[in-house]
Amino acid sequence: MIIEGGIVYDPINGVLGEEMDVSIEDGRVVEESRDGEKIDARGMLVLPGGVDAHAHIAGAKVNTGRIMRPEDGRRGTEARTKLLRPSTGYTVPNCYAIGYRYARLGYTTAFEAATPILEARHTHEELEEIPIVDKGALTLFGNNWEVLECVRDGDLDKLAAFLAWGLRASRGYGVKVVNPGGGEAWGYGGNVKGIDDPVPNFDVTAREIIRYLMRANEALRLPHSVHLHTNNLGKPGNYETTLATLRAVEDIASSRDRQVLHVTHMQFSAYGGTGWRDFESKAPEIADYFNRHEQFTMDMGQLIFGSATTMTADAPLEYGNARLLKAKWSNHDIELEESSGVVPLVYGRKNPINAIQWAIGLELALLTEDPWQMIMTTDHPNGGPFVNYPEVVALLMSRAKREEELATLHDLASKRSSLPSIEREMDWNDIAIVTRAGPARILGLAEKGHLGVGADGDVSIYDINPEKVDPSKEHEEVKAALAGAKYAIKGGEVVVRDGEVVAVPQGRTYWVDASVPEDAAARVKADLVEKFAKYYSIQMSNYMVQDAYVTRPRVIRAGVI
Amino acid sequence: MEAKTSPEFFKAASFCALSEEDYDALGISGEGNVLVRTEFGEIVVSAKKDEGLPPGVIFIPMGPWANAVVGRKTGGCGTPQFKGEKVEVERTKMPVMEIRELFADMKKQGGDRS
Amino acid sequence: MIIEDVLCPFCGCLCDDIKVEVEEGRIVGVKRACRLGSSKIRGHERIRAPMVRRDGELFETTYDEAYDRAARILKGAKRPLLYGWCSTVCETAKKGILLAEVVGGVIDSTATVCHGPSIIGIEEKGLSGSTLGQVKNRADLIIFWGANPVEAHPRHTMRYSSNSTGMFTPEGRRGRKVIVVDVRKTRTAKNADKFILIRPGTDYEVISALRMIVKGKGDLIPETVAGVDKADLEETAGMMKAAKFGSILFGLGMTHSRGRYKNVDNALSLVADLNGFTKFVVMAMRGHYNVAGFGQVCAWETGYPMAVDLSRGAPYFNPGETAACDLLGRRETDAMMVVAADPASNFPRETVEAMAEIPVIQVDPFPNPTTFLADVVIPTAVCGIEAEGTAYRMDGLSLRMKKVIDSGLPTDEEVVENILDRVRRLADDN
Repeated sequence: MIIEGGIVYDPINGVLGEEMDVSIEDGRVVEESRDGEKIDARGMLVLPGGVDAHAHIAGAKVNTGRIMRPEDGRRGTEARTKLLRPSTGYTVPNCYAIGYRYARLGYTTAFEAATPILEARHTHEELEEIPIVDKGALTLFGNNWEVLECVRDGDLDKLAAFLAWGLRASRGYGVKVVNPGGGEAWGYGGNVKGIDDPVPNFDVTAREIIRYLMRANEALRLPHSVHLHTNNLGKPGNYETTLATLRAVEDIASSRDRQVLHVTHMQFSAYGGTGWRDFESKAPEIADYFNRHEQFTMDMGQLIFGSATTMTADAPLEYGNARLLKAKWSNHDIELEESSGVVPLVYGRKNPINAIQWAIGLELALLTEDPWQMIMTTDHPNGGPFVNYPEVVALLMSRAKREEELATLHDLASKRSSLPSIEREMDWNDIAIVTRAGPARILGLAEKGHLGVGADGDVSIYDINPEKVDPSKEHEEVKAALAGAKYAIKGGEVVVRDGEVVAVPQGRTYWVDASVPEDAAARVKADLVEKFAKYYSIQMSNYMVQDAYVTRPRVIRAGVI
Repeated sequence: MEAKTSPEFFKAASFCALSEEDYDALGISGEGNVLVRTEFGEIVVSAKKDEGLPPGVIFIPMGPWANAVVGRKTGGCGTPQFKGEKVEVERTKMPVMEIRELFADMKKQGGDRS
Repeated sequence: MIIEDVLCPFCGCLCDDIKVEVEEGRIVGVKRACRLGSSKIRGHERIRAPMVRRDGELFETTYDEAYDRAARILKGAKRPLLYGWCSTVCETAKKGILLAEVVGGVIDSTATVCHGPSIIGIEEKGLSGSTLGQVKNRADLIIFWGANPVEAHPRHTMRYSSNSTGMFTPEGRRGRKVIVVDVRKTRTAKNADKFILIRPGTDYEVISALRMIVKGKGDLIPETVAGVDKADLEETAGMMKAAKFGSILFGLGMTHSRGRYKNVDNALSLVADLNGFTKFVVMAMRGHYNVAGFGQVCAWETGYPMAVDLSRGAPYFNPGETAACDLLGRRETDAMMVVAADPASNFPRETVEAMAEIPVIQVDPFPNPTTFLADVVIPTAVCGIEAEGTAYRMDGLSLRMKKVIDSGLPTDEEVVENILDRVRRLADDN
């Protein structure tokens, strides 16, 4: 296949809006393709396929969201066609809708943000049913009893061996940490108040948990860094916890050419004030810190007004949400490992808190100078569903659009954030970074997010001419063009044409197989044998995710050896 | 239990447990049967004393005997009301039907029109 | 040869520590399973061969003919109902949903005569829950409400609840309080620290009274509520608030009684209220070993966990209108396929009479009253013994069931796939 004459943005390879051809053969980008399909992309924007590094798209809490929200199912219902299964849902779409809708946006890779190990089988069952996109899942470790004990005992080698084992057991891609320590405290209804608040019964702190997990992550040379959801997320004044967390790990070096820590959905962790009355944005402070510390990356967690479903392993947060909003509430604690909650809600333009939150996401992205440190996300579906990504891109590229929006919001958005004064408008190069190149690099996916020779043949072509359309003024056109790709190409196959799905290949599932010294592995195994005998409610031999659940694996090797 | 055509299932599902008071009040002696009736139907089941039951409450295990007196309506929620229906109970000499008898003549001819 | 860590394919406990002894391709011993599971694993009467009904009688036939007949029935029906799915693995459910899409039918599981009301309650209020291991490791108060695990989930109390030991519960039963709420004193109640007898159909009022006491409005409650003494209710509420980790495990007593999903709604609300004071979880004691699994698969595939009407090509969910008993009750369905369930035994007789008027396809290893009404009968391998696959435990945990012996029979999944295949070919022929 040859994509001819498109205006290509491929930041990883230094291509910034050049008119050029892209050739794909056998699913990979090549120098030149001899023959095959020709796609006329003249006058159109050509980007590598989108990479969503953080979304809640598969697993127990997603399905809990679906089951408890039949009212959501009724939105976004699309009948089956000869090619497509039916679609339902807006904030909690069914598996088929997830794949089709990502593809229509030109996204070709999507990662599930958090899977517990014990229920990873479920995560993979759902991932297997999501069509088209390549995928992976990040494995939760921050409240796991074995982790807490290794941290308490200062046993880095055993911890690294456990991470390797846990990734294999869950067929996970990376180390996810959510409200470390707090999830375990929630086992008896508690939480931790900050990174130095000891976890009951384990006598470790979040600071220690995060540090040890980062050091073990780097010892294993995992492709991705630790991926952190901070303590005190969602609370007024929590920016102090966020900064304290970052300062606590400044000294840790990355073992690979990437960040040493990725902080996710930072919008929810960038709050000032002492309560809801004096709630305000501290995005400038956070962005400033990132501007001075290049070893950290973050993703936005942008709010989208309207219906959302919050779902997170931060179970105490969800309980708090439910009480505050008098909303229906589901909670699920997982023995020895984690906890989670799901609460539906609606973000309102005239709600002063929501308006400020909306501003914060944009502030963070625009005030962080280096786009390589930033990923555009909505923490789907916590901030809003991913189908709204074009809206976020348009906001990042157009100050005028931001002003139009601000005018419709509660005025505290303007008063309690610095957004009105921000002039910066992202350009296509920035957008290509924050939606493709950056997330690929941050996750450590070498063949994604770029169009150099050897890259996966994942390309998005949008019917918008970057040389003719001024995104700053014509933001409506930007949003419309990105909402339905002219072409989406996955592994060299056209999957979307004119915004419609035309093929449904099955993607591959990334997971990391890390090797560790035998003695460390044996010590972990001994611990696990005891835990299964005494505490788990299932047998150890039935625990690990079997091959049957990952039918098209893409295994990345890592490890100490 | 999945061996539905077995004698064990018959024993397990075709009885009615009554409180001591109700059992005695009905004058059942030894091993007797009762006829249980609701507005939806009636069924003969064997009677058992169960001290765990309060007077006025009978228990028939889930199964085709119990369901002979359960109504089809779901009250708009999809689930019939299997428990708590008001019943009349009287002693009877009629025998308890075997499982096949319960369904004999139920299948209408020509069910499969293909 | 002893095969270890086999999963039991009977109830929602999904015990995964069963030892099965196999000799020369036959099961000769089962250890650790309760009598219900053991009986199923050892095996009993099977359907010997596919059958089709002619002139009122069932005659043995080939799988080929059976698939053909089944496909014709489904293809020719205006509003087919595909029902059951509780005693088979998730892989079967996936094919079943696709088949329902292709024939434009309604797909529903046994949940709608079991814990369907619990699902609806969850849709109203959400559910604050946990895996069973949390109950084992932390719970110091266990409340069985309208559930009788000693009879229906025999190993539950030992493995997961009242009698289990864990990290923070080393004393097991001695370190816990067990309360049973029921309309009769069951065997489970006999082992409880406290038994509350309620009148049938009064769960809702009793729960409301407890909620009021929990939230400090106990002085508004009369001296008895539905025959229960206020003192008893106050003591119970006190035990709930004093617990470090309380749990309510509820069964069909709540879902089958007057009020149905409103009882569950109220119970879920009570637990949410209690979380304002202490840690509390709630769990539905699912009956069949994979009714939960069907709900999970159906939800991620269609957006809804049961009673899904696919006749217009887009999923439509409205229990009360689209559940199996609704469709049959209104005589709105003109063909029914039953996979791994026995509605003839478990539906109200009036509803079964409606079933008897329409063509019925049965896919099952075992003969049961549904067989008496079936027009096509297709025997299959027993999942978890003769076929592998995925099942979900009552707390939502998924595990992989093993195959320990061969049966030579097709699996439920293969049968549904074959019928789907024939249906598609019939469609192409038109």
